[in-house]
Amino acid sequence: MRHLLGTDAMSREDAILILDTAAQMAATQEREVRKLPTLRGKTVVNLFFEDSTRTRISFEAAAKRLSADVINFAAKGSSLSKGESLKDTALTLQAMGADAVVVRHWASGAAHQLAHGGWLHGSVLNAGDGTHQHPTQALLDAFTMRRHLVGGGDRAAGGANGSGGATRSGGSGHGEAGDRGGEGPTGKGLDGLRVAIVGDVLHSRVAASNVPLLTTLGAKVTLVAPPTLLPVSLRERDGLDIHYTLDQALDAHDFDAIMMLRVQRERMTGGRSAFFPSPEEYSRLYGLDGERLRRLPDHAIVMHPGPMNRGLEISAEAADSPRSVIVEQVANGVAVRMAALYLLLAGEDQK
Amino acid sequence: MTGTILGAADINRALTRIAHEIVERNDGADRIVLLGILTRGVPLAERLAERIATVEPDWDAQERTGALDITMYRDDLFKNPTRTIGTTSVPDAGIDDAVVVLVDDVFHTGRTIRAALDALRDLGRPAAVQLAVLVDRGHRELPIRADYVGKNIPTSRSERVNVHLEELDGEDAVILRKGE
Repeated sequence: MRHLLGTDAMSREDAILILDTAAQMAATQEREVRKLPTLRGKTVVNLFFEDSTRTRISFEAAAKRLSADVINFAAKGSSLSKGESLKDTALTLQAMGADAVVVRHWASGAAHQLAHGGWLHGSVLNAGDGTHQHPTQALLDAFTMRRHLVGGGDRAAGGANGSGGATRSGGSGHGEAGDRGGEGPTGKGLDGLRVAIVGDVLHSRVAASNVPLLTTLGAKVTLVAPPTLLPVSLRERDGLDIHYTLDQALDAHDFDAIMMLRVQRERMTGGRSAFFPSPEEYSRLYGLDGERLRRLPDHAIVMHPGPMNRGLEISAEAADSPRSVIVEQVANGVAVRMAALYLLLAGEDQK
Repeated sequence: MTGTILGAADINRALTRIAHEIVERNDGADRIVLLGILTRGVPLAERLAERIATVEPDWDAQERTGALDITMYRDDLFKNPTRTIGTTSVPDAGIDDAVVVLVDDVFHTGRTIRAALDALRDLGRPAAVQLAVLVDRGHRELPIRADYVGKNIPTSRSERVNVHLEELDGEDAVILRKGE
């Protein structure tokens, strides 16, 4: 792997390698000393053209836990706001010796351009480009599902796999680490799991990355969205199951995981009423509340990429329920990004 | 001399002797924790643990044996293709104040052991660290020595020493091969 730009072309083998590596990284994060010397001397640049809190600090934490040097480059208050082009910025980063560039940009395709423009020698990691892709988010979602639902995970799914039961004694020292990250889900995909992705699919790079990745890993994906928020490209994609209200979807399937998407009001130019009549109606048809939560199978997990609009796509009861893994998703994000940085930066220098 | 240098019986005897040496050197096994270095150090550590447990019945082999993956501590990460990271498992009681015996199959340049010492430092503070190896083939590049050696095998740098173990390879053998 040279760059991590999207999940469309990612092979099942590579995806599982990233998840397995992430599991080892997660195990190191339960130790007393969480810093590893692995990427000493490497420089990772966080290049953010769009506001982001969790993705940026997650990448920063991941790089620092691996002992890489981190340079944060935000559009606001830098030469970028003075109109510098992406190319000139890239050349500047190249001159500073960036081994990896983590880029978030409002334009779809920016990461691809940065990787293939011939401006940089280092690796490019896409941290979200417009409404296109956000691969590390999809990988951390897949990682979270695999941990909970595959191979006798924490709250193992009824039908998912045999019992991962007899794990060797050991674990990584700190109690609960025992059966996690152990033999259970290692090497496995998400075969046979049924996942619902609910809400603003149109503007969601999280959904755009999750659909191909989850499919590659063997999960069956159901999209639930208002017709106005469902892109034609996905409506025509094979193997996807589509519902126009959440109740219909809940009647039709037993979901193992349900992923609520943020309603991206900032991308709904022309007023939010352009896509659905009112927030109340959206909530009534697509919101996850306590009543709908109870209709999910007992082992099902509730996910959200954050930040949440509480009361719009997800109620406080659902967000704070014991079946919600939303906070764990954030912790897993660091492990997955450590894995991505390791796999891209370790290995022979590609000069 | 090339070919099979140690057979199953030789490996058995060497491990039995090392197990006794470990117990003797440390006045019993009370504080001993065995950590096998991935990949082939792990089954070797488990075999040593079994033998120690037969001499010292109070010593719980399962609770005192673990595995150490040193990939993320290597000094040649950027000189080789990307390596897959293995599982490190440390006994639940941790390694603080224990006598950790690192176990590996072939002792060569010493760089693996250096990495293992760095990895240990992140896991805790053992009272002492000792090293047990099945084969010492020489050519040290660092000032590191083994405390317990199954067999010293003089080699030239270009030769290769392959250790096969029942658990992973279906047979027990140490094989010396001519280099290119």
